[in-house]
Amino acid sequence: MATEPVFIGRPTDAELSDQLLSTAWRPWRRLGMIGFVVAILGTLSLFAGITLTVMYGIGMWGNNIPVAWGFGIINFVWWVGIGHAGTFISAVLLLFEQKWRTSINRFAEAMTLFAVLQAAMFPVLHLGRPWFAYWIFPYPATMGVWPQFKSALPWDAAAISTYFTVSLIFWYTGLIPDLAAMRDRAPTRAKRIIYGIFALGFTGASSSYRHYRVVYGLLAGLSTPLVLSVHSIVSSDFAITLVPGWHSTIFPPFFVAGAIFSGFAMVLTLVIPVRSLFRLENVITKRHLDSLAKMVLVTCWVVTYSYILEFFMAWYSGDEYEIYQFFEARPFGPWAWIFWMMMICNAVIPQVFWFKKARTNLAILWTVSLLVNVGMWAERFVIIVMGLQRDYLPSAWDVFVPTYVDWMIYLGTMGFFLLLFLLFLRFVPFVPLAEVKELKHELSHEEGH
Amino acid sequence: MRRSQQSGIVGAFDTPEEVIRAAHELRKSGYRRLEGYTPYPLLDLERAIGRGRSRIGFVVFPFAIAAAAIAYLVQWWTNAVNYPLDSGGRPAHAPPAFVPATFEMGVLFASLSACIILAIWSGLPALWQPIFEVPGFDRASIDKFFLAISDRDPAFDREAIARTLKELGASRVEPFGVHPATDAELDERLERAEGEES
Repeated sequence: MATEPVFIGRPTDAELSDQLLSTAWRPWRRLGMIGFVVAILGTLSLFAGITLTVMYGIGMWGNNIPVAWGFGIINFVWWVGIGHAGTFISAVLLLFEQKWRTSINRFAEAMTLFAVLQAAMFPVLHLGRPWFAYWIFPYPATMGVWPQFKSALPWDAAAISTYFTVSLIFWYTGLIPDLAAMRDRAPTRAKRIIYGIFALGFTGASSSYRHYRVVYGLLAGLSTPLVLSVHSIVSSDFAITLVPGWHSTIFPPFFVAGAIFSGFAMVLTLVIPVRSLFRLENVITKRHLDSLAKMVLVTCWVVTYSYILEFFMAWYSGDEYEIYQFFEARPFGPWAWIFWMMMICNAVIPQVFWFKKARTNLAILWTVSLLVNVGMWAERFVIIVMGLQRDYLPSAWDVFVPTYVDWMIYLGTMGFFLLLFLLFLRFVPFVPLAEVKELKHELSHEEGH
Repeated sequence: MRRSQQSGIVGAFDTPEEVIRAAHELRKSGYRRLEGYTPYPLLDLERAIGRGRSRIGFVVFPFAIAAAAIAYLVQWWTNAVNYPLDSGGRPAHAPPAFVPATFEMGVLFASLSACIILAIWSGLPALWQPIFEVPGFDRASIDKFFLAISDRDPAFDREAIARTLKELGASRVEPFGVHPATDAELDERLERAEGEES
């Protein structure tokens, strides 16, 4: 075989079940405890930052005029983007019948859910009066006014809430057969009852599976346009304004590619340690890592192409504000080093994945994936801060400086994300058991023929 | 909709191939109320017990269209009829601007309705089901393949089915159900069925 297999060894179904379900039964280990402590500290910092913001108002952030969209929107866009690879893996690769997606899809979907959850907090906090967030919904209010649907912000609200809900039910639908397996294998009565409740009494009946198969495919089909639409809508928050560097038709595909790029990097960042810690090298093989690295390389080139095109269009437009934005403000203005960091992390460093040695070396894979995440965060920073710092009117120019509350909230979301992810690893079978067994069954058939 | 089977006989098989073959054989010998219980979806077994492709997609479609239509109507009525807002000189009824929310609501309600209909058609949630009482059924989600015949099957004959299942390779055969039909009830049902035929 030319490529590495997606599955190593020939365990029986029972052995495989025990291996994949045991992650939820085994006792706590020291590393897990340390992870939890770090995650809880981060979560506390997040909620402390939120409390300060709600108590004293948005002035606690570094936002100013003209840079009215600081960390709040940078982090929102960054987290939503990270979520996209999860949906891409679970939905798009399912429709293309990519077998290597099977053992990592639930993992990636969980990443999506938790990332979107972090993202959703930012626009709400950025309102300044988060308790009025419900005004975005068209309900018959005594004020007699309605949301303004020609603005991108209600589109965002619709897109993010749909994206979260659909991802959640897609994830849960996929989980049901495995929750049933957890119920049937649970070592204690309490666990049996809890997993039993979540399994809803699923029996694995063929008459249920008949509908289940179609619903799962349907949800994949419905999630696929979501991957494309959600970040396109997010990008229209920028693209429909007139700010130099934002007002561009390339934004939707550029944002979608960047989202999938950062998402695949985040999957690598998470999957490499988990695979080693839980000894899952037989179901998450080098083949998976290799394919993920190739996807990072592909999306890296889409993003790089978009960068080149942005510069070309700025020059070609002949618009002096666009030209100034791209050829002066970004590479040489305040925070220029973040621009150069973005270019190096997103366009240069992922090129190591041309080499098979880099795609199979865990240390290189992990480091590059981290740098891509840094680079993508830098990209959001460059677009938002640099665009607003150097607007049309030089007398209104200013520099953005984040405050400690900005950092508390940003680093706090990482802690909260880690906390949710560790809880997921702790209590949920994170390699889809039923799907892996089905894959094993298919593979054994192929070998037989 | 169709609930899961309440009582009958169930046989356990070790491999998917055996259970699929057994389902084919039983169907050939005239049984109609068959049900498989497997750790993962087996398309061939669904076909063998006589079930075609699910039509759930057709049921979901109207929900998606209705949700999208309502979303568009809400945007149009609120922004163009009830309280027209002049935003940058754009028309009050601006169809392109109403597309994103319309699309998202269509997708949202298609997904929600698909899952709710799946639950209803599968008879879930039902935390306890008679089949769970069968000894060893907890392996149905791990590595064993079960084939059940409901005692409501017109051709139901306890001994004959038990024998056939054994011959087809079932490692064990068990009755299940809260109130399995007594022999007298089965005879009565048989007579009634014969009466209807004649």
